[in-house]
Order: sequence, then structure tokens, then C-alpha cells
Amino acid sequence: MRVMAQVGMVMNLDKCIGCHTCSVTCKQTWTNRRGVEYVWFNNVETRPGVGYPRGYEDQEKWEGGWVRGRNGKLKLRAGGRLKKLAQIFSNPRLPGLDDYYEPWTYDYDNLINSPVIDTVPVARPKSMITGKDMKIRWSANWDDDLGGAPETAPKDPMLKGIEDQVSFEFQSAFMFYLPRICEHCLNPSCVASCPSGAMYKRSEDGIVLVDQDACRGWRMCVSGCPYKKVYFNHRSGKAEKCTLCYPRLEAGQPTVCAETCVGRLRYIGLFLYDADRVLEAASVPNEQDLYQAQLSVLLDPNDPAIIEQARHDGIAEDWIEAAQKSPVYKLAKEYKVALPLHPEYRTMPMVWYIPPLSPIVDALSRSGHDAEDHRNMFGAIDTLRIPLGYLANLMTAGDTTVIRDVLAKLAAMRSYMRDYNLGRDFDESIPESVGMDGESLYEMYRLLAVAKYEDRYVIPTAHKEIAARLDESLPGCSVDFEEMPGGPVSVVGETRVTPVAIESFHLTRERARADKQADLEKEM
Amino acid sequence: MMSSPIFWVAGPYVVTLAFIIGMVWRYKYDRYGWTSRSSQLYENRLLSIASPMFHFGILLALGGHIGGLLIPESFTTRIGISESMYHVFAVGLGSLAGVFVVAGLVMLVYRRRRDFRVFLVTTRMDKLMYLVLAAVIGLGVWNTVAVQMFGIGGYPGGYNYRQSVAVWFRSVAYFSPQPELMAHAPLSFQLHTMVAMLLIAIVPVTRLVHVFSVPVGYLSRPYLVYRSRDPKSAAGGKPQRGWEPIEHR
Repeated sequence: MRVMAQVGMVMNLDKCIGCHTCSVTCKQTWTNRRGVEYVWFNNVETRPGVGYPRGYEDQEKWEGGWVRGRNGKLKLRAGGRLKKLAQIFSNPRLPGLDDYYEPWTYDYDNLINSPVIDTVPVARPKSMITGKDMKIRWSANWDDDLGGAPETAPKDPMLKGIEDQVSFEFQSAFMFYLPRICEHCLNPSCVASCPSGAMYKRSEDGIVLVDQDACRGWRMCVSGCPYKKVYFNHRSGKAEKCTLCYPRLEAGQPTVCAETCVGRLRYIGLFLYDADRVLEAASVPNEQDLYQAQLSVLLDPNDPAIIEQARHDGIAEDWIEAAQKSPVYKLAKEYKVALPLHPEYRTMPMVWYIPPLSPIVDALSRSGHDAEDHRNMFGAIDTLRIPLGYLANLMTAGDTTVIRDVLAKLAAMRSYMRDYNLGRDFDESIPESVGMDGESLYEMYRLLAVAKYEDRYVIPTAHKEIAARLDESLPGCSVDFEEMPGGPVSVVGETRVTPVAIESFHLTRERARADKQADLEKEM
Repeated sequence: MMSSPIFWVAGPYVVTLAFIIGMVWRYKYDRYGWTSRSSQLYENRLLSIASPMFHFGILLALGGHIGGLLIPESFTTRIGISESMYHVFAVGLGSLAGVFVVAGLVMLVYRRRRDFRVFLVTTRMDKLMYLVLAAVIGLGVWNTVAVQMFGIGGYPGGYNYRQSVAVWFRSVAYFSPQPELMAHAPLSFQLHTMVAMLLIAIVPVTRLVHVFSVPVGYLSRPYLVYRSRDPKSAAGGKPQRGWEPIEHR
């Protein structure tokens, strides 16, 4: 056994109102630079829907993630090392810019500087790639709130096999939001796909990063990631991805997406896991056993034997403590209400989702039932097969029984707590019916409904001896590049942090101050 | 100039030195800019045909050059390959490589000019690089097809570069240069060699540096890479030897 620590996240989908604040704040922090205009490290998808980039879950097309070979060993779906090298000159599975969307801005200047004319001046959309006028045809959330769903939603790869049960008639449609960031997988296929070895998993906290100095732009990580959460910076020629805001985490702060989440639906904490068992767990034959296998590599941080081993493997005392208080461990492993997204990709994703109960509650209320009575809800969960099958395709490789159990727990919690709110006695048969005890159901309620900042984010700082030096405000990470022969060239010293995203201060300032897209083109 | 023996002594050493210093400089100060700068994201249809065609053609040509320049004629004769057999073989494979490389390059340049997104990100250095590269390739194909295949320039049956150019090449590598061998070679061979030296000299300041990052290590490393957060290299650490970052000056 080798105990390693992993920073994980849980998102409670019932609380997501689809406001995109996480996406916007993430973009302002990380991808407001040239070359990554089209990139959203955090995006929010309306499901059913095709997602971003379009139809990324169709692995027969994109060939991301792992598959189990006939010999029982895992292999990259897109092929082994030799095949990857043979395809290095042109990656056949790389999404094109048009699979994401062509980013644009508006010619706002025209609104201010227009001469006196008979018609109202307009701000025309200008491509941020070419600077020319363009027609906006698609975006990162074009099908937001099921907009255009009758046309686009049937192309959702997750509807495969349940098409006949889904209707996009207005009155019978269902939807929920799915915010997505990099999964920081335990068995990341992007890392395995990188020919240069530039991608790595940090051994302290499991964050998956791209070493910008070692990346050579072979683009295999982009196609290797089944979630399409590694992006190609088309100006620098390097891969970039969600960093889980590691400079913030190291200082004990939550990620920007979590910090700014309006619905407070995100939880961040530690998992302790057995690194020696990851490959074995990711290789189980039956896809529907992958969820259980993934749970089985997560270790109980309160078990004295595990604590002993964790100390032996160099995990600091404050990190073990944080793992014991970890909200994500509680939701994923203790209450078992958080599920991984697409366990069938065999990457062991570490961003977990509590499936939404809302379509069921809504449907019950609409049909005149008491939507908070657990008997009604249990019945409804079984009969409303559409969301169940759909959620199962997203989170359990199609196993609806797991989804049913999770939704039953969430329903039981509502019903149990209603008695409390109405001043009645607790009905202990409710938690029993979902295999929990009243105390843990109450604790789960506290965590899901009223948890404070420090309960939702239990983040140990980077190891204390070096914590001061890791402060993001300190100088030393000096990067600068100028237009020089051969493209953007950075003149940097030898000793500095491994860069994971670079744009110079000057370029950022120029862009912020530029009046027109044309001004930006000039510096190109 | 090219008939002067001095040129064929100084040339290769100056170029090699410029190349080595340039590469070290680029690696030390511009690892961030060290990339293939792929434009596949903008345009894939043409690239998916042209790029593999060009690159595999170049690899074939590279193999031919290694065989022709590094392996002495005496060795191939001893293992029973006659000069005429070698000639047919070399011209055959060389022409094949030439077809691939030229067709690939033409498509790539067409794509670069025609696709506006790709054209926008083409730097001046890219254009210079394409020019020099095209000249090397053009002269190489001329040598293979016109001189070696059709005997144009007064070399019926082809010019045996393995008794001159190749020997000169090895003599330079052994540090006992025999420049007169090159000084008497056909003009098109001299030109090809000269432009190739120019290309090698400018490699460090072009995107061609990606050639020296062929990820052969991928074949033997474990799939998953773990790396520790190295406290020594973390922000705020004192700069050690070497130049100071620009912003500190």
C-alpha cells in the first residue's frame, strides 16, 4: 500500500442555477489571454445537450480515455505508444477550432465614434482569431437552457439507448446544469498520452499540470483526455489546462470557481488513496463495477492503520487531519451520494457529482403529489425512468440502481428533515429505508444545506516550511516574452516555478487597454 | 567563393558552432518557445494529408543522407553492393522521398497562404525558413533527378558523390578536412550543401527546433508521470547562476 493525497471536488447539481459565474471568474483569472480565447477551463453545460466541445462524450469519435484490452490490461483508446508517435505529424482525433467555437468580440468602438447617421450604429461581431467580421454560429454554451434543443439535444451522446424515452416537447422536457472542470484523475489518460512527458500529476496533492517549458505541442493530451479538458493554446503552441487554482490551494484558499459559486454547491477537500491499487481498480472487467472499484481505492483517514501508513509515506500531520475532516470524502465514500463523471473512461476522475433530484420533485409537484413525502418520492424515482437512465449514462456507466439509491437518500433527507422543520418527531424508519442512520442523515443535511465556508472547503496549506515562498504575491515568477525571431520568446531565468500558463504582464495590459480589436492585430 | 577550399573548411565549422551555441541559448532562455507551433487547430483537412507526407518524406531523405554520407563506399563494396546497384537503390528511394517531400511542402505552403487563420500566425522567420527549406529541397531533388537520374551536367550515369562529398563530410567530422573534394564537386551539389549549412545555422531561431525534441523517451517511460513540487525551484527562490531575469534588472 502506498498512501497518497488527492485534492478532490464535489459539486451538488441540485443547487446549480446555471448562472455561469464560475466560468466567467475562471476565465478572467486564467484564460483571458490571446491563444486561449476559446478555452473554458470551467464550463457549465445544460444537459441533455451536446456539451463543449460539441459531442465530446462520443468516444467512438474522439477516442479519449482508456479501454480494457483482451488481455485484461488497460490501453489508451487512441492506441499505444508507437501508434501515437506515428500520428504525431497530424493528430487524427484532435478537435478543430470549429468543434469548440470561433471566439469573438464586438466592435464597440463603432457605437461611440460613429458619425451622425440615420440608423442606429451597431457593434458588429469580430472574430478574435482573424479580426474580421463573422457570423456567430456556436459557442461554449450555445444550447444553454435547452435553447435549440429540438435540433441539438438529440445529438447528445448520452441519449444513446434511451432515445425513445426522451422527449424535447416543451411541456415534457427535463434539464439540469453540469459544471465541468478538469477531473484531476487518479489514472489520467492525458498524462499517459503526452509524448514529451510534460504532463504530470503532482505527488503532493494529485493536481494534474502541464509543464509549459517541457511541452512541445504534440497535442496528444488534447485528444487523449475523454473530457476534453486539456486545450491547445494556438498562439504559444502549448497545451494548457485547469490547474485547480493550485496557487490558491497552496495558500489554503478554494479555487476561483468554488469561491465565486453563487449556489455554494462546490466542496473541496482531500482524499487519501492507495496509489498501488489504482491501475487494478481501473482495470475491472465490467464497466458498471468501476464506481465501486473507484470507491475502494479511497482510504479511511480515521483508520489507525491507514494513518500509520500515511505518516510512513510522508503525508504531513495537518494533511491527515484535513483528510479526516474532508467534506468530499464524506459525500463520496461515507454517504455515497457523490458519483464520478463517466467512470467508464477508466481515468478515475476526482471531481464528483451529487445527481440532481429536482426533475423528480418538479414532476411530482406538477402532478399534484406531495413532493416531500418520501413514499411518493421513492415511487417517483422508480417510475421517472428518463432522468434515471440519463443520469446513469453520465455517472455510473448506465447502472440505474446506483442512481436510484443516491436519489433515494436525497429524497429521504428531505422527508426526514421536514418532520424536524415542522416540529414533529423524527421518523427513524426513513433513514433506515435507505440504509442510513438518523445521525448521519442529519449530518449529511448539515453538509448539503447549511455548511459554512470552512466546512465546504477543508484545504491544508502547502507544506509549512515552504508555504511562505509559495505565496502567489511574491516576486520571482518573472516571465516576459517579446516578439522575436521564431515566434514568442520568453527570456527567463533558470530558477523559477514550473510555468503552467504564461502571458506577459505587458501583453495583458495592452489587451485590457486596447480600444479596438484592430489595435490587437497590430501587435500580432 | 564555392570553388575556394577555405570555404569548405571554415563553412562547416562556423555553421556547427553557430548551431550549437544557438541551440544552447534557445534551450536555456526560450524553452517556452520551443514547440512545433502546430496550426492543426485552425485547419485540419489539408494538414492531415500534407504534414505526414512531408514529414515521412523528410525522414526517408534523412535516412538516405545518413546512408550516403556516413557509410563509406568501401564498406558497401565489401558487403557485396556494387556501385551501380547502390546508385539504382539510392536514386529510387531518393526520388520517392523527393516526391513525398515536394508534394507535402507545396500543399503545406499553399495551406499556409490560403487559410487566413494559418496565414495570420505565420511569422517573418517562418517565411525565411520556408524559403531556405524549399531551396535545400529543390536543389536536393535536382541533384537526385536531373544529375543522378538523367546525367544532366556532364555526369552520364550519375555523379559518384560517395567519393567526394561524402568523404569531405566525414573528413570534416574527423577534424582533418579535405576541402578540395568539395571544391571540385558539381555546382548543384555545392549549392545544395551550402544552403543546407545556412538552414542548419538558422535552425536555433526557427520553429525547426522541434526536430530535436523527437519524443523517443515516450517509448520507454511509464505512462503516468508523478512530479514533486520542488521547493528549490518554487517562486521566491534566489536566482542561482546564469543571467538574471529581465524584470530584475
